[in-house]
Amino acid sequence: MGEAEKAVIDVRNLKVEFPGRRGTVTPLSDISLSIRAGEILGVVGESGAGKSMTGLAIQGLLERPGRISGGEIWLGDRRIDTLDDRAMEQIRGREIGAIFQDPLTSLNPLFTVGSQLTETIRLHLSMGKVEARARAVQLLRDVGIPAPEERIDHYPHQFSGGMRQRVVIALALSASPKLIIADEPTTALDVSIQAQIISLLRRLCKEKQTAVMLVTHDMGVIAEAADRVAVMYAGRLIEIGPVEQVLHAPRHPYTQGLMASIPSLGARVVKLNQIDGSMPRLDAIPAGCAFNPRCVYAGSRCLRDRPELIPVGDGASACWLNAGGTA
Amino acid sequence: MTTSAQKKPALTVNGLVKTFDVSAPWLNRVIERKPRQFVQAVNDIDFTVPAGGCLSIVGESGCGKSTVARLVTGLHRASAGEIRFAPGRAGAPLSAQMIFQDPYASLNPRWRVKNIIAEPLRELKLRDTSAEVIERVEELLLTVGLSASDGEKFPHEFSGGQRQRISIARALASEPEFLVCDEPTSALDVSVQAQVLNLMRRLQDELGLTYLFISHDMSVVRHMSDRIAVMYLGRIVEEGDTEELFARPRHPYTQLLLQTIPNITAPRRDRELATGEVPSPLKPPSGCTFHPRCPIATARCSAEVPAVRALANGTRVACHLAVDEPAGA
Ligand SMILES: Nc1ncnc2c1ncn2[C@@H]1O[C@H](COP(=O)(O)OP(=O)(O)OP(=O)(O)O)[C@@H](O)[C@H]1O
Ligand SMILES: Nc1ncnc2c1ncn2[C@@H]1O[C@H](COP(=O)(O)OP(=O)(O)O)[C@@H](O)[C@H]1O
Ligand code: SF4
Ligand code: SF4
Ligand SMILES: [Mg+2]
Ligand SMILES: [Mg+2]
Repeated sequence: MGEAEKAVIDVRNLKVEFPGRRGTVTPLSDISLSIRAGEILGVVGESGAGKSMTGLAIQGLLERPGRISGGEIWLGDRRIDTLDDRAMEQIRGREIGAIFQDPLTSLNPLFTVGSQLTETIRLHLSMGKVEARARAVQLLRDVGIPAPEERIDHYPHQFSGGMRQRVVIALALSASPKLIIADEPTTALDVSIQAQIISLLRRLCKEKQTAVMLVTHDMGVIAEAADRVAVMYAGRLIEIGPVEQVLHAPRHPYTQGLMASIPSLGARVVKLNQIDGSMPRLDAIPAGCAFNPRCVYAGSRCLRDRPELIPVGDGASACWLNAGGTA
Repeated sequence: MTTSAQKKPALTVNGLVKTFDVSAPWLNRVIERKPRQFVQAVNDIDFTVPAGGCLSIVGESGCGKSTVARLVTGLHRASAGEIRFAPGRAGAPLSAQMIFQDPYASLNPRWRVKNIIAEPLRELKLRDTSAEVIERVEELLLTVGLSASDGEKFPHEFSGGQRQRISIARALASEPEFLVCDEPTSALDVSVQAQVLNLMRRLQDELGLTYLFISHDMSVVRHMSDRIAVMYLGRIVEEGDTEELFARPRHPYTQLLLQTIPNITAPRRDRELATGEVPSPLKPPSGCTFHPRCPIATARCSAEVPAVRALANGTRVACHLAVDEPAGA
C-alpha cells in the first residue's frame, strides 16, 4: 500500500492499558490510522471515547501507569513507540507540535511571547538570538498577529483569547514540525474567533505541508477543517473515511445517530433524533460490538463477535452490517 | 410564529442595568494612581418572555448573558431597571429556577441524588411527611428519564448528561413555572445534548414551562426558541422571531454571528474570515460599540449610540443603518 509510505504518522493496532488495583483497563484498542503531509485528520467521539489518549500516546505523554501494550507508531520511517523518554522529548516540539484547548496552559504568564518563541526555536533549531527573533516575528505574522514587531514583546495576558491561541499555534509551528496534534484547539473560543482559528490552521497545514490531527467534538469544525475523519467509540475506531462520506453518508449506525442528533441550522424539527443510553464505561464494555446495547440494528452476531474495520465506500466502518448480509 | 410576540408575557424586563465594580483594592489604586473601574455587564436592556414560550439570549462570551440570568433569578441585585414576573397558576408571581452550564460543579458530590433533589422540597416545606418527600423525588427522577433506584447513587456515578438530568429534576422540585437555563448543554456531547434538549422540550409541553434560554450555540438556540435576543457588550442589538432572525438578520453583528457558525451542510473551506476581536468591556468603543468590527460603519456610528427601533415585522434592532426591508436580502 503506497499510502503508508507517504504517511507522516502511521499508527498500527495501537493498544493502551492502565493497570489498576481493580484490574487493568484498556482505554485504547486496535487503533490504526495514518496522516499524510498537508492532510488534516479530524478525530471525533463522545467524551471519554479515547480521542485525547490517542494524541497523548503518539506524543509519548501517557500518564503513568498507563502504557502502550500493543501495536506500533511510526513517524515517517522511524518507529517511536519504543523510544525512551529522552528521545521522545527531542521529538516533541521538534517533530511533533501540540496545541491544547486552553491557550493559557501552553504559555508562561511570566515571560513575553517573544522570549517563549525564541527559546523554543533555539532549543530545536540551531539559531542565534537575532535569527531566532526574526523567525519569531515571521511566525507571529504567519498566524495573523498584526504589528508582530511590537507585539512580540508583550506578555500573554496582554493578548485576547483568540490572539493567545494564535500565539500557541505559532509556538507549535516554531520548529516546523511534521505533525501537529491539536486537541480541542477552538473549544474555549467564541464562534467568531473559532472560525478564524480553524481557517488559519487549515491554511498553515496546506502551506507548510504539515500533517494535522485535529481532535474535536464539534462536527461543524470537522466539516470546515478536516480532509478525513476518524470516529471513536469506547476506545476503538469505529469509522474512518473522507469528510464528505463520514458526515453526509456515514456507514456506522453510531455515526449515523451522532450526525442525526445535531440540531440543524436549516429545517426545524420538533424532536431531535437521539441515541438512547450512554457510552459504556471502560470496565463495563459489552461483548461483541461495544455499541450493541444502543444500536437499533443489533442482531445476535453483534452480541457475540466484535466487528473489525471493514472497507466500505472510500473509508472503513466497524459494523457487521457493512460485512454484507445482516447483523 | 409571530403569535408568540402577542402572547401574554410571563416575564417583562425594562431598562435593566448591572454595573460591577472591578477596581483594584484601595491601597493599590492609591499607589498606582489608578481610578476606580466599572464594567457595564448589562446596559439598559428590555425584553419580554412569552408565557409557555422560550426566549433565547445569544452572544459571545462576556457579553452579559449569564449576568442577565443571575439578575432574573435574583442571584444578583440589579443596579437599575425592573424585572416583573406575571402571576402564575396559583395567582402569586411566578418564581424562576436556574439550570447551570456545568452539571459537575452544580451538584454536591457528597450527597446522594435523592437528597439533592429533596433539598428544595424540605427547604420550602412543599411536602409534609418524609414518605411524601420520597414519593415526590421518585416521581421527579422518572420525569427526567432516570429510575427511582438512581436516587441512592452519588453524582460521580453518573455521566454528564445524566447529571444534567439530575440538575433539571432538582430545579423542577419546587414546581417552578419558569426556568432560566444558562448554557445547559454546552458541557455535553452532541448525542447527549440531543437527549437533554428533547427532555426540556417535552417538559415544556407537559408542564407548561416558560424558558429563558442562554447559549452561544446558534443551532441549539434555533431548535429551542420562539424568539431570540442577540447581545453585544451588555446591550441587546437585535431581538426578533427565531425564523425571521435566521432568514433576515438585520443587525450587522447578527449577520456576522450567523456567517461564522461552522456549518456542516455548507462548510466554508479555504476561506479566511476577518471577524475582528471582541473589545474589552472595560473600555467599550464609543457610539455603537460594534463599530470597530462593523463592515458598514459610518462616521455617525462612532459618535452616536444607536437607539432601539421596532421594525414592521416585530424585530427590534439597534443600528443606525438597519432598514426595514434590506436590499438584496
Ligand atoms: N490516568 C488514567 N487512568 C485510567 N483511565 C484513564 C486515565 N486517563 C483517562 N482514562 C480513561 O481513558 C478513556 C479515554 O480518555 P480520553 O481523555 O482520551 O477521552 P477523550 O475522548 O479525549 O474525551 P473528552 O472529549 O472528554 O476530552 C476514558 O475512559 C478515561 O476515563
Ligand atoms: N461577579 C462579577 N464581578 C465583576 N465582573 C463580572 C462579574 N460577573 C460578570 N462580570 C463581568 O460582566 C461581563 C458579562 O459577564 P457574563 O454575564 O458572565 O457574560 P456571558 O455569560 O455572556 O459570557 C463580563 O465582562 C464579566 O467579566
Ligand atoms: S455491529 Fe451490530 S450492534 Fe454494532 S453497530 Fe453494527 S449493527 Fe449495530
Ligand atoms: S450602528 Fe453603525 S457600527 Fe453599529 S452596527 Fe449599525 S452600521 Fe454598524
Ligand atoms: Mg479529550
Ligand atoms: Mg456565561
